Parts: sequence; structure tokens; C-alpha cells
Amino acid sequence: MQPTSLAFQSKAAAALADPNLQTALGGIKTGWQRGRILAADRLPEFEQLRDQARDIKNHALANLDFYLEAFEARVLDAGGQVHWARDAAEARRIIQEICESAGAKTVTKSKSMIAEEIGLNDHLEAAGITPVETDLGEYIIQLRKEPPSHLVGPAVHLTKDQVADLFEQTHGLPRTDDPTELVGQARTVLRQKYLQADVGITGANFLIAETGSAITVTNEGNAELTQGLPKVHVVIASLEKVIPSMEDAFTLLRVLARSATGQEFSAYTTVMTGPKRQGDLDGPEQFHVVLLDNGRTGMIGSKFQDMLRCIRCGACMNNCPVYLAAGGHAYGWVYVGPMGSVLTPQFVGIESAHTLPNASTFCGRCEEVCPVRIPLPNLMRHWREEQFKRQLVPSTVRYGLGTWGFFARRPALYRLATRLAMGVLGRLGKKRGRFASLPLAEGWTVSRDLPAPQGRTFMQQWRQRQRSRP
Amino acid sequence: MNSAESSPRPGPRVGLFVTCLVDLFRPSVGFAAVKLLEDAGCTVEVPEAQTCCGQPAFNSGDRATTEALVRGLIDAFEGYDYVVAPSGSCAGMLRTHVPDLFEDDPATAARAKEFAGRCHELVSFLVDVLGVRAVPAQLERHATYHDSCAGLRELKIKRQPRLLLEGVAGLTVTEMKEPEVCCGFGGTFCVKYPQVSTKMVDNKAADIEGTGADLLLAGDLGCLMNMAGRLARRGSAVEVRHVAEVLAGELDAPPIGRPAGA
Repeated sequence: MQPTSLAFQSKAAAALADPNLQTALGGIKTGWQRGRILAADRLPEFEQLRDQARDIKNHALANLDFYLEAFEARVLDAGGQVHWARDAAEARRIIQEICESAGAKTVTKSKSMIAEEIGLNDHLEAAGITPVETDLGEYIIQLRKEPPSHLVGPAVHLTKDQVADLFEQTHGLPRTDDPTELVGQARTVLRQKYLQADVGITGANFLIAETGSAITVTNEGNAELTQGLPKVHVVIASLEKVIPSMEDAFTLLRVLARSATGQEFSAYTTVMTGPKRQGDLDGPEQFHVVLLDNGRTGMIGSKFQDMLRCIRCGACMNNCPVYLAAGGHAYGWVYVGPMGSVLTPQFVGIESAHTLPNASTFCGRCEEVCPVRIPLPNLMRHWREEQFKRQLVPSTVRYGLGTWGFFARRPALYRLATRLAMGVLGRLGKKRGRFASLPLAEGWTVSRDLPAPQGRTFMQQWRQRQRSRP
Repeated sequence: MNSAESSPRPGPRVGLFVTCLVDLFRPSVGFAAVKLLEDAGCTVEVPEAQTCCGQPAFNSGDRATTEALVRGLIDAFEGYDYVVAPSGSCAGMLRTHVPDLFEDDPATAARAKEFAGRCHELVSFLVDVLGVRAVPAQLERHATYHDSCAGLRELKIKRQPRLLLEGVAGLTVTEMKEPEVCCGFGGTFCVKYPQVSTKMVDNKAADIEGTGADLLLAGDLGCLMNMAGRLARRGSAVEVRHVAEVLAGELDAPPIGRPAGA
């Protein structure tokens, strides 16, 4: 997917003018945002669990090589295969080869952000293989040929009416806006696809080093049908998904669903270990795990290592006032919201995404809700430092900042300049107490009045007061 | 630290960090801060060599300018028992971010950490450090209080302003539905992304208006100017002031963005 992150500003403006999108985004506040608060309130040890979750991920990252090798060994023991992919192209090629050697015409997919990251669907289609998304949200956006707008709810930008219109056009059935009937329609279509598919591709929320298992969580049970029905099952996951033990996974699962949707647990937690064993009634004949690096090992030991703790719950975006105004597509690539503002520059380069770490007031709500306590505002600030270092800051901003910095570093000169400027502004603004417009301040005054300064600066008045004091 | 109980000794010597916005736009907040600190027994001084906490440079990724400014502040506030600012955002910068600067300069880093430990936001300093539980202020108004993000999340300022406002005779405080949601100011964010910022401050204005309060209070002038500017543009009658003005009873200046005598 070609990043369009540099257009954040205009895309956000369009999003704000789209009433359907604003309605859909409003649902996040009343749904998932509120759900998280209630779920956290019901669990007295929630904050301690967050600490444990953070520590588990930190430990796994500090010993990543060890746990990855252990994971690979257990997968092989269970009769599966592990493929290491340095980058997106290598991962796509590996998956294409697995599909081709299985003679695959269609593959079913359960939700995978890594598949989005590597642009898997377009690649498979170009190779003559039809990918079928089985997560309801992914199914909807695949029909609309859109990228996901949210980690957990890829189609969260759409209203029920928009889905009703889409299904009427696609399914050729009489229009219904009854959610149960809409889901029923998708289910009917997808049941056939599950049975036809030659390969099933799933993501993984966690990879367990002690057992060689991959774990996915869904609310639709589509991961079971995707991994269990076709002859070949492929797990595509990034390296940092590996954690030591099943016990660790269940600690992380306790914070994952609560943070994401406010559920205590997702409806389905699927543990997938190796291919079908002798005596098993069902399951795939082949089990492949494609482990994707794509620059992640370079993040280890860097200022961005903390980001690798992310468990993709979406709480940061559900609670981000910028995301809730602009929606996910404004971010212009696969990952959106605060976590996307940190990850996207990592994957597409800061020169193609410097708008994103700037699309934050640093209000800190994302960090406040992050189940693994990622300091997201600090990480966004590191990207701003990178942007500044590489001279990617617009020249007007750079010049303004430079001028301000010049004076701010010279208190005496600063006193003089500000005394003069505030004196003028104070006189100009005295009558109304504010300005409706002011040269060089359009970004402010386009939608707000600018309160006028009182006239004489504090330092000016303070000095006078000190002189008059005995 | 228990200066409140050890009254025979002279009160702590406080260096007031005025903050650039208060210095330039609303000096009355600075004088309110001085009054509150002096009433609580502090000796207040205002070092001449201060300008800005460095946050605009810090949040723009300009570490060199940030560190140059912070070095100046560390020198300017050398020797004071405390450094107090009428802003959660600037105090948050000084207290929580300054210790992470100067990675390549251990000597300055050590000074920076010591300096940061002495820095406080005004209202939380009064309550948490000086043990102030009430101020003798009076105001017959209906107010609502906005929690500015940096104060709330970096410095855990939530109950302190409410505690002191509760004691203001005649004042009623009604909470917004979402007092902790950002107003959309965000420093340069509000001019870099004016549409998104406007949407955020509009949501905030609606929440403020929904309380029925006629006075909006907060502890950060940046947020206050943003909200006051948007409320004025919407034609709202809600007046806007820094919480220190109410607590100090210094209400001679007109509300933020209003003309004198209005």
C-alpha cells in the first residue's frame, strides 16, 4: 500500500465534513471507549496486570533471539514449518510459494494486520490466487477495496446503512438494515468460501515459545474455520509476537480484550499448534509460520524499542481525540491512531509520514490507556526530533522557531522585544479584548478569536513593583 | 519539606517561573500566583533571566534549542527552595521532561535532575507541598473546571484545584461530562492542524456550555486562550479565567478575551 500520510491535513478536513464517518466515529466513544473504562473498573488488579503485561513483553524483547529459536524448535517438533522473512517482499514470496505448491486457487484469511503491512491481498490477486477475507469488517472493506481504518474494527468508519447499501449491491438480495440479517448474509457467502479454500491464512496475537503455538482472538470464530478447514494453514506474524509461555499469554489476554472492546475475554481464543495429528478428526495437513522482521530487529536497542510491546488492542486510537475526529484513513497507511503515528514512519520512512507524529496534542491519553504502557507521546516526539534533524520541518516553521529561539535564549533582548510587541498588541486589542483576525495568526484565528494581551508584560510590571517596594 | 508545620522558620524561598504566556498575555495570573504563594508564607522572587520552559522547541524536535533554554533556567533558578509555575504544562516540562535531557552531558544532566525535583505547578504546590487546604476567597459564580492534559497526566493534578475551589465562598462547581478530554490546543498543534483542533475545541465548548456554568476555569493559559477564543467565536457568554485568579481573589482584570469594563 502506497502511503498517503503526507496528506493527513486535507484527509482529516474531508473526514470532518463527512457526516457518516463522524457518526461512525461517535460510536467508538459510546462503545469501546466506555467499555474499557467499565471493564477496568470491574477488575481491581487491572493496573497491576498492565505492569505484568509490560514486563512480559519487555522480557520477551530483551531475549527475543532465545524465544524465537525456542519457538521455531517447538513448531518443528509439532510437525510444522517456520519461514523467516526479512522484509515484506520476502514474506509475500514465501506465502505465494506455499499457496502455489498447494495448487491454491482461493485462500481464506482471518484478520491479520501483518498481511495488510506486506500488502498480501494485492500480491496474491496478481498471482492469480483469490484471497477471501472472513472477518466481517475485513470482508466489508475488501468489498469496498479500502484499507482498514482501525486495528480491531477495520470497517469502524462505516455506518450500518452504508453496509446495508454495500450488501444490497454485492449480494443481490433485498436491502435490509437489520444487523442480524446483514451478518447472516455475510455468513452464508463465507461458509461456501471456507469449504472451497485451499489455504487458510491467519495472523497471530501471540506466539508461544514453550509450545510452538500461535494464538488468535476473534469474536466471530472465523480464525477456527480459516485454520481448520483448508489443507494448508499459514500463520503470518511479526517477530515481536513471541512470548515465553502460555501463562504469559493468558496474562496478556486479560488486558487485551478489556483494553480493546471492554470484553473480559474475546468470544473465541484459538490456540493453533502444528498440523493435524494422527487421530485428530480435523485440522490442516500442513502448518506454516512465516516470521516477519521488516525492520523490527533494528528497533531493538533504539529509541523505539518500547513500541514493540504493542499488542494491537486499539485502545490508543479509541481514546485519541485526533483519531476520533479524523478517522483512520486520514493516517494514510496500514497502522492508524497514535500507534500508527509511531509505526508508520518506521515502515515507510519519516520523509513520507512526518505529518503523523505531529498529529497529536501530546494530551497523553493514549499512554494513559495503553495496556502495556507504551510512552506513545515520547515516541512521537522522537520522530519529531528525527524530522527536525533531517530538515523535514517546513521552512516557515523552522524560521519561526529559529527566531523565537534566538530571542528566548537572550532574556534582555527578549524582554525588550516582547515589551514592545505586547504594548502594541495590547493597545490594538484593548477595545474588544480579543482579535478576530491577525496577520501571521490565521491558523489560530480561522476558527477562534485571539485573546488580546493585557498590555504591559509581567516582567515589566514586576520590576516596577520591586522598585516601588520599600 | 514540612514547611507548613515549621512556622517559626521563615517560609520557603520560591522562584516564580512566570511562563511566557502569562508574562506576555496575562500578567494578572502571575500576580495572583505571587499573592497565593506569599499568603501561604513563601518569599517570592522572580529571576530576571527566565523566558520560556523550552516546550515549543522540545515538542518540535529541536533538542539543541531546548537544552540551551533549559540550561539558562537551571542557572536562573539556582539556589531557590522551589520553582513554581502557574501552568501544568510548563511545570510538566520542567519536572518530567527536563531530567531526560542532556544525555551526552552527565554533569548538566545531574543538575537538571536536581532542578526538576524542585519544580512544581502552582496549585499542586500549594496543596501538596505547603499543605494549604483552603483560601479565603469569595466569588458568587457558577464555574466548571477543565483538566489540562499535562497537569493531569504528567503531574497528577486533579483533586488539588477542586479542593481549593470547594472552599471558595459562594462558588458552585459543576463538572463537565469529559473534563479530562483535551481542548485541542496542543501548542503548535492548533495552528498546524486547525481543522482537527477546531473540532476538538468545539466538542469542549459544547461540554462547557452543557454544564450551565457561566465561568470556565483551568490552570493553563494556553488551553484557556484556546477555549476562550472558541467560546467567543461561538458567541458564548461563558467567561474564562485562570484558576489562580479566583483562588487569589484577584479579579480586577477582565476575563480572558474580554474588554475592560464589559
